[in-house]
Amino acid sequence: MERPAWAPRGIDISVPSVSRIYDYYLGGSHNFEVDREAARRAMEFMPGLPRIMQANRAFMRRAVRFAAEEGVTQFLDIGSGIPTFGSVHEVARAVRPEARVVYVDHDPVAVAHTEAVLSGEEGVDVVAADLRKPREILGSSVVRDLMDLNRPVALLLVAILHFVEDEDDPYAAVAELRDALAPGSLLVVTHASYEGIPLPPERAEGAVDVYKDIRNPLIMRSRDDIARFFEGYDMVEPGLVPMPKWRPDSAAEDEDPYSYSGFAGVGRTA
Amino acid sequence: MTAEPDGPEDRLRRFATIWSRAVFPVTATSLTRPEFEQRLVPLARRLSEALRARTFDSAEGQAVGAALIDAHCTEPEALSRTLDCVDAYLVLYCGGDGSQEALRTRSARLQHAMAAGFARALRERTLTEQEAIARAALQAQGVVADALHATEARFRAVFEGAAIGIGIADLDGNLLQVNNALLRMFGGTEQLMRGRKVTDWTHPEDAPQVWRLYEELVRGDREHYHVEKAFYRPDGTVLWTNLTVSLLRDADGAPQYQLALMEDTTERRLLNLRLRYEATHDALTGLPNRTLFFERLDKALSAGEDMRFGLCYLDLDGFKTINDSLGHAAGDRLLVEVADRLQSCATAPGEMVARLGGDEFVALTTGPDTEREVDALADRIMNALVTPVRIDGRELTVRGSIGIVEGPAGERGPAEVLRSADITMYRAKSAGGNRYELADPEADARAITRHGLTTALPAALDRGEFFIEYQPLVRLGDGGVHGAEALVRWLHPQHGVLGPDRFIPLAEHTGLIVPLGRWVLEQSVRQAREWQDRHTGAGPVRINVNLSPCQLTHPGLVSDTVDILERAGLEPSALCLEVTESALIGADDDLLKPLRRLAEMGVDIALDDFGTGYSNLANLRRLPVSILKLDRSFTQGMQQFPADPVDLKIVEGIVSLAHSLDLSVTVEGVETGAQAEQLRILGCDTAQGWYYARPGPPDRLHELALVDATG
Repeated sequence: MERPAWAPRGIDISVPSVSRIYDYYLGGSHNFEVDREAARRAMEFMPGLPRIMQANRAFMRRAVRFAAEEGVTQFLDIGSGIPTFGSVHEVARAVRPEARVVYVDHDPVAVAHTEAVLSGEEGVDVVAADLRKPREILGSSVVRDLMDLNRPVALLLVAILHFVEDEDDPYAAVAELRDALAPGSLLVVTHASYEGIPLPPERAEGAVDVYKDIRNPLIMRSRDDIARFFEGYDMVEPGLVPMPKWRPDSAAEDEDPYSYSGFAGVGRTA
Repeated sequence: MTAEPDGPEDRLRRFATIWSRAVFPVTATSLTRPEFEQRLVPLARRLSEALRARTFDSAEGQAVGAALIDAHCTEPEALSRTLDCVDAYLVLYCGGDGSQEALRTRSARLQHAMAAGFARALRERTLTEQEAIARAALQAQGVVADALHATEARFRAVFEGAAIGIGIADLDGNLLQVNNALLRMFGGTEQLMRGRKVTDWTHPEDAPQVWRLYEELVRGDREHYHVEKAFYRPDGTVLWTNLTVSLLRDADGAPQYQLALMEDTTERRLLNLRLRYEATHDALTGLPNRTLFFERLDKALSAGEDMRFGLCYLDLDGFKTINDSLGHAAGDRLLVEVADRLQSCATAPGEMVARLGGDEFVALTTGPDTEREVDALADRIMNALVTPVRIDGRELTVRGSIGIVEGPAGERGPAEVLRSADITMYRAKSAGGNRYELADPEADARAITRHGLTTALPAALDRGEFFIEYQPLVRLGDGGVHGAEALVRWLHPQHGVLGPDRFIPLAEHTGLIVPLGRWVLEQSVRQAREWQDRHTGAGPVRINVNLSPCQLTHPGLVSDTVDILERAGLEPSALCLEVTESALIGADDDLLKPLRRLAEMGVDIALDDFGTGYSNLANLRRLPVSILKLDRSFTQGMQQFPADPVDLKIVEGIVSLAHSLDLSVTVEGVETGAQAEQLRILGCDTAQGWYYARPGPPDRLHELALVDATG
């Protein structure tokens, strides 16, 4: 029998969650043994996974700061996961104290934790919704209350698109979100790829298989496929590049080789 | 803060740079390395100051260790590298001039304290985060649980509030749960239902497939089935339901439960039964009606080999008279009594009695032995009618005529059988009534049924099967031909010439009388005109045409008549329309208006069959009639010699009355010269009858008129 639309999904914390695994990579303890176990297995193939996450965080930080400096005061972070140090609203508000941020995740534990962390914060909220159903996000009361979609928004799709399989048509979802945004809005994307990983692909595949095992497959896309997410956007310099190469703050000498895995980019709607 | 080259500040910063380079690769911070280094500078300063403080305080080391955790250096490797770095460079860059040994001791103690502070802070942070995520998980589960609870509450509300009965049973038929609607349907309590087995719910009226479908479902061979099923309620009454049973499978697809949805159809069924009863039974007598009779007859006639049927078709003799003289209420009571008696005649299985309508009844017997049984049935019916029926203190003798048809099933259809029975019944009636006759195929073939004639009527008019005969009307004063009455005949292709009494009532009934009447009027008027043309000088020839009650009320009567007269070129005074007395009984002004208009134009109106009904003499004054036609019954008494003096007196009186009202009198049925003479003496004006001429073709009248004119 089809589950009726109003019947909720259950929560099973014995199943690993990508947001809690991500937290573990970043040295956090917002995770359970199942998450750590999956993360350790993935790290057996790619010991540098935490470095990729770190680079991803660093890129996001730079991109948010860039957006705020460009005058954007609204941030929609889809796939926000477990809030940890250097959250979008902290970075954005360092530049623009009036910045408003809506976090979106479909992991109910991540959402509950975000709610706890954000309690009492003005202008920041979280929505339990799925990137695959943009209408639910855009139509949510939180988005309607906190955001003015007639003004530019920075849409953050950081380390999330590689968790949406092709049959769920992530391109259509991204296009639908784009069509809802005002001119001058920014799209911030990072995406996993075999390109740039300092390992033979078969080793990287081992890590990818771990995600397949936990029923949260990691979809590795080529640079060209990732570039297609920016359809309708003008790329901000320097375009779609490895994360450390996007407007770095410091010399590349400190960068770990793993941080060049995958791609990052920012686009601007015309 | 500016740093003097190789001054203490510069050396402190160099220490921080070395430290940050060592640790940065193993931190999780999103800061850049220079930013991270900036965060380490104050920590380095604290270490430096603690190293050189007058009173050594290892708590500073603990604080710095804890601060590493705040800077997201949660990896143990970060501590290890930090301690390596402090051990190797703190005294070197920040020791100043103090005793190297004391400084090294202090450095070592600081390292111990840093390790402890790091460990404590890491433990705190780990515990806090673990607690936070656990709480978040719990909260999320709570949200889900609440939602599940709401879902379940909604389902329960649906289950309990549903108007249809819902029951869940396991595959062995043990009832697990039922809702209120189902309890209400059964009129039982939950206790009564719990522990019951579905398989106990058999009912004698279960269709054969009900339990086969059930077995298929619990075996998993069928997903659902839908049946109409009866149940016994605990109080013994019967519950009828529309029952849908579905198989519920578990997540792996294995059959798990059966779900029954039932709708109480008891009342609807009763209503249907009642509607069916009403549709198949005669409201007056309660007997099965024509519909049900034909269903049964159909079944009997399509029964298998060796099965036969016997049918008695009964029509009461003289029922119309009873109805007319005692009224419909009495007639109805008579029918009810007859129905009851007939009912008691056919009580064996396979026998039935039905009322077809009016005073027509049928009794049907079926089975292998109807040859013998049907005669016995007819005898019983005749016997049942022997005892007079008592109504309103009167003893009414009831007689009936029965037509019997008997034969094997499978040869004839119901219509044919009933036609044969009808014909046979009429044969019994024409033989005097109060008897039964057996059907005879030859007699059937000869018989003319009303039904057959009725259906043939419209085509007959189109095909020109009707023709008109004319009977002369003679002036009693001088014996001259005064005119003629037009009498319509039907030349039926099978039955030959039929008189108006055979088909006019049928034409009245179907409405064909209107076109037929118009045709007769047209023909007659044209004929009259022709006579006048050919017969000038012998006085005007008048034409009498009969009008049926149906034509009287037809809105086109006046205009049609005028039109016909004008087209033929006949003056209105040459036409006489005959209307029966009974058609005008109780006629109101609306009905009389067309006649009055015709009379004003000069058309004569004759009151036909005068004296047969309840003649209301007072009524005569307000009718637009100018002629009375005395019924033949008055003249019958004058056929013998001497004439019946009472009849003479009556006719004399009527003539006198008529003349005083300015009406002329025509007499019908004059058959002898004596009659003619008598009527002349009594003052009658015109006469018609076989004495003068039988109805015949128009040329005969022409001849008569010629004779009259020349004679």
